[in-house]
Amino acid sequence: MTTNISFLLNGDEISYDIKDHWTLLHLLREEMGLIGTKEGCGNGECGACTVIVDKLAVNSCLYLAVEADGKTIETIEGLASTEGSLHPLQQSFVDNGGIQCGFCTPGMIMSSKALLDENPDADREEIKHALAGNICRCTGYIQIFESVEAVKGMGGQNE
Amino acid sequence: MKAFKYLSPTTVEEAIAFHSRHSETAKYIGGGTDVIVKVKEGWMEPDYLISLKKIGDMSELHKNDATGELSIGAMVTHATLEKSLMIRNEYPIIHDAVSNIGSLQVRNVGTIGGNLINAVPSADGAIPLIALDGMALLHGPDGERSVEVKDLFIAPYKTILKPREILKKITIPPQAPHTGSAYIKFGRRAAMELPLIGIGVLLTLDDDLQTCPRARICLGVAAPTPMRAFDAENFLVGKKIDENILIEAGKIAADESKVRDSVRGKAWHRKEMILVHVRRMGLKCLNMIKDNN
Repeated sequence: MTTNISFLLNGDEISYDIKDHWTLLHLLREEMGLIGTKEGCGNGECGACTVIVDKLAVNSCLYLAVEADGKTIETIEGLASTEGSLHPLQQSFVDNGGIQCGFCTPGMIMSSKALLDENPDADREEIKHALAGNICRCTGYIQIFESVEAVKGMGGQNE
Repeated sequence: MKAFKYLSPTTVEEAIAFHSRHSETAKYIGGGTDVIVKVKEGWMEPDYLISLKKIGDMSELHKNDATGELSIGAMVTHATLEKSLMIRNEYPIIHDAVSNIGSLQVRNVGTIGGNLINAVPSADGAIPLIALDGMALLHGPDGERSVEVKDLFIAPYKTILKPREILKKITIPPQAPHTGSAYIKFGRRAAMELPLIGIGVLLTLDDDLQTCPRARICLGVAAPTPMRAFDAENFLVGKKIDENILIEAGKIAADESKVRDSVRGKAWHRKEMILVHVRRMGLKCLNMIKDNN
């Protein structure tokens, strides 16, 4: 029940021996030590574990690691530049009060990045539609939507 | 989570062979947004999960321009349907329904086939396919068979699929000219929530753009399985459709529904909402037909 998979993780080629029943979330957090991605409900309800697989936001708690084989994975760890400067979305969440406790933030930001990468001019309704699967118990969402709107048109890319 | 072996066959025959070999302990898996939850919670304890994702043609979404038939592979994700301009323009009822299934993260992975096979009474994915007279193509150890999507469901969480049988695709026959269709998932919020009630309406009009030769009114959460409101449909056929006729049809649909009280809402509330939304969705259909004419 061990399978070798290869995938691109935040730009790095990775080869890993995994168990078939591991979720991508388990692989990232428990095996690889990438604890930026959070586990909330573990059942695909809260979005805290959101990562990007082949440009699509997915719940890594329901996504089997074995299915990541050959895919391109982006996690919150891949966003800041190697020199340490924040990604525009991260900076915007800081500047606009889109964070309180921070537990939902990696998922919020990855969902937002997937949206803006695909649709850089997303309007408020499109932002709400894309973030409907990310639950925040602190901010009340308004500041989160404002944080995303503030980077609209920048394509979610590192400047 | 319980350990299992993950198999990814590339043909339906291979998938069935895997399943036959491991019979009691094997389960098929599509996108996994339901199966993985069930395994995590211990409701399902497979030794083998047989993925249907690598079976090439099961992920195809294709409209045959010559025949007008639409073919939706069972492994087509909700997001693929949601983003398809062809679906949005020509089958708006499908777009309406899939856009609010789960969350974007779920729609990016979850499949229309999985949604049908789960057979929850609310099945947002089933209502539009029933309204569009969809046919389900099933493939089992004894070969293929076709059934109407509306006949897939026996009871909550139960379909007519035999052991090892696979839902391969759904086909939608060509749509008549002057057809409009719309669906609403009505509830407290659309995302990550089951609907209080789901209402899909499809209307076709004759060339006079008034007389209705064909109507479909399909309801989710109105009975143990997705249902067609046949009395309301029959009431509409042959009539010149206007708002008052639609209000009458809504009353009939509410009466023939088998709604009941649940944690999400009361039966009377569901009936009221059927009444309101048959009218609203019907008006949306009429506007669509006029706009496209």
